[in-house]
Amino acid sequence: MSSASEQSRRFQAARKLAGVIGVPAVAIAAAFAAGAVFILAIGESPVSVYGRLFSGTFGNFYGLGQVLFKATPLIFTGLSVALAFKAGLFNIGAEGQLYIGTFAVAWVGFTLSGLPGVLLVPLCVLAGAAGGALWGAVPGYLKSRFGAHEVINTIMLNFVAIALTGYFVTHVYFVPETVHTQRIAAQAQIPRLEQFWPVFKGSPVNVSLFLALGIAVAVYFFLWRTRFGFELRALGLNPAAAEYGGISVGAGTVLAMTLSGALAGLVGVDFVMGYKYYYEGGFSSGLGFMGIAVALLGRNHPLGVVLAAFLFGALSYGGLVINAVVPKELVEILQGIVILVVIAGTNVFGQLAASFKRGRPG
Amino acid sequence: MKRESERIRHTRTPVPASFLPSTSKVLVALLCLLFALSISCGKKKEDAARESAAKAERSGADLKVGLVFDVGGRGDKSFNDSAYRGLERARDELGVSFEYIEPGEGSDRESALRLLASGEAGIIFGIGFLFTDDINAIARDFPHKKFACVDYSVTPGQEIPPNLLALKFREEEASFLVGAIAALKSKTGKIGFVGGMKIPLIKKFEAGYVEGAKYVRPDIDVLVAYAGVTANAFKNPSKGKELALSQYSKGASVIFHASGSTGLGVFEAARERNGLAIGVDSDQYEEAPGHVLTSMIKDVDVAVYEAIKSVLDGTFSGGVRTLGLAEGAVSFVYDDNNRTLIDDEILDRVQQLREKIISGEIIVPST
Repeated sequence: MSSASEQSRRFQAARKLAGVIGVPAVAIAAAFAAGAVFILAIGESPVSVYGRLFSGTFGNFYGLGQVLFKATPLIFTGLSVALAFKAGLFNIGAEGQLYIGTFAVAWVGFTLSGLPGVLLVPLCVLAGAAGGALWGAVPGYLKSRFGAHEVINTIMLNFVAIALTGYFVTHVYFVPETVHTQRIAAQAQIPRLEQFWPVFKGSPVNVSLFLALGIAVAVYFFLWRTRFGFELRALGLNPAAAEYGGISVGAGTVLAMTLSGALAGLVGVDFVMGYKYYYEGGFSSGLGFMGIAVALLGRNHPLGVVLAAFLFGALSYGGLVINAVVPKELVEILQGIVILVVIAGTNVFGQLAASFKRGRPG
Repeated sequence: MKRESERIRHTRTPVPASFLPSTSKVLVALLCLLFALSISCGKKKEDAARESAAKAERSGADLKVGLVFDVGGRGDKSFNDSAYRGLERARDELGVSFEYIEPGEGSDRESALRLLASGEAGIIFGIGFLFTDDINAIARDFPHKKFACVDYSVTPGQEIPPNLLALKFREEEASFLVGAIAALKSKTGKIGFVGGMKIPLIKKFEAGYVEGAKYVRPDIDVLVAYAGVTANAFKNPSKGKELALSQYSKGASVIFHASGSTGLGVFEAARERNGLAIGVDSDQYEEAPGHVLTSMIKDVDVAVYEAIKSVLDGTFSGGVRTLGLAEGAVSFVYDDNNRTLIDDEILDRVQQLREKIISGEIIVPST
């Protein structure tokens, strides 16, 4: 009797573990198998292409650094989308929010260049968060005040943000013959990891990675350990019940969108303070949208978001590595398949597990 | 629409990975190994001596060329394809091998250059002004490799490392000539210009075009429009079509585009409205036969080919090189395809202008 329940407990624990780790792993493997068919179809060898993919990304420290570098902004945008999701809001505006935030980082960095680093670094970080927060707060307010749907408003504000920053960087703040602003002050630049660990030499991965990881922990504590976080999650689960429970839907919506925007705006810390040291027009082609995939794959949990960001970072840099042997289109197909299979596969496997659970007696 | 997509796919047929017979591949591999070994254990002086000795007997087979494309990527029928033709010519005539990367987002450009520089490539190209800062930094990180950047934007005070060749074109000179052709051809007294991203580089095309048109016909009206302010403005054919349709509606009889693959939409509009368009960078007659008055040619392929050749000759040197009408690096198309569109009177007039620019009698402004 006791041995049977022991067995059952063990079985349950193993199944849970398999669900968390095994399911995405199987999905990724399936995606690579599907990709192999495409590689064969263009007459290349999947073994050599995948070999190059892995040796280029995880086979050396430079490649690893590039993966971490690619993952950093995705952690910010993934957290941004996930936090809004938790409050029941679909923020498609991370792209616009990060454009505004990044421009704000650069603007403070080159305008207040007289300030010492101790002041300027936090000011730049705050500017990024504030720029993104502003761009997130607007659709939040429009939703709470007028009931305008945040999906439409965030999409529209993406166009406004990209055009606005584009105007600034081509008409107002630009270095002639370029599409970037002047450089931020030297004391506003944050160190790259290669300065501490020379093995990363050449890779622009920088300390904003630690900021991203720290923010992920902070988001976790905010959502699950604070009253505001509880209120946002309650809103996400059932707005009517939350309101009945004394939570202001309007204030919660604005707060969630503001925080979501602030997280997206922090991408500028990585790009401007850690990488280019200036704002460059068109620097992001879809980091904000990738954030949606990252959040979905990470199941809107900060830890899941971080792991998903690493996967997408590896795919992004890996795609570049194999581009020398296969056409760019194939790289994009591969990335698309991985995203599709991982997200769809995770749900399919999850449903299978759930139905299995329901089918079990007791 | 279907035809369009088929055609694009056709031009993107993957290049066979191996162009060389297997014996010479082994040879290349051995030479690369030797090269790598000598770098890893070599002192600087020895290196320099070895390099100069190697230069004299270098043949194409032991040079691998790396190239990173601009935003538009291959298949833009323009700037990038022209660079690719330079690679193909170097492969066919000089026997070099090459590999290339088409970057997606902004930070990919640097990663891609670094990837090629840390591989076997002896010379690495960045195609487009967006590479300027990245290629400058990477050339310093890899002093043993050679780099070349097409449309490099020179900033006063920024030093160019000795292993980096900055290639620049005087696009305004050839734009001046096509502007003159457009103005002389126009019956309505109105012509148009569609630019890609609104930046000083594209302003050079506009400035030359407007100047050339006004030089031959001071009363000409030039309509100017740009597709946008981000790099996407170079790959937005539907925007290009919209702008061109609007200019044709306002009475423009000829439209010159300098907008990467956005220009494919301009040709579409020319076909639809039975108007005339002027291509850019490459001969774009095939885009809309009968509707392409001429194309302003920027021989990126010549620049790429010459740079590769100079590495083999041992004459490669860093620094800025500007190429214009006098060097034969910019020109306009006049051949069997468009002979019926440009009559002799116009041609004579434009050839005279060409001579005047080359002799320095006319100085074309670039802004």
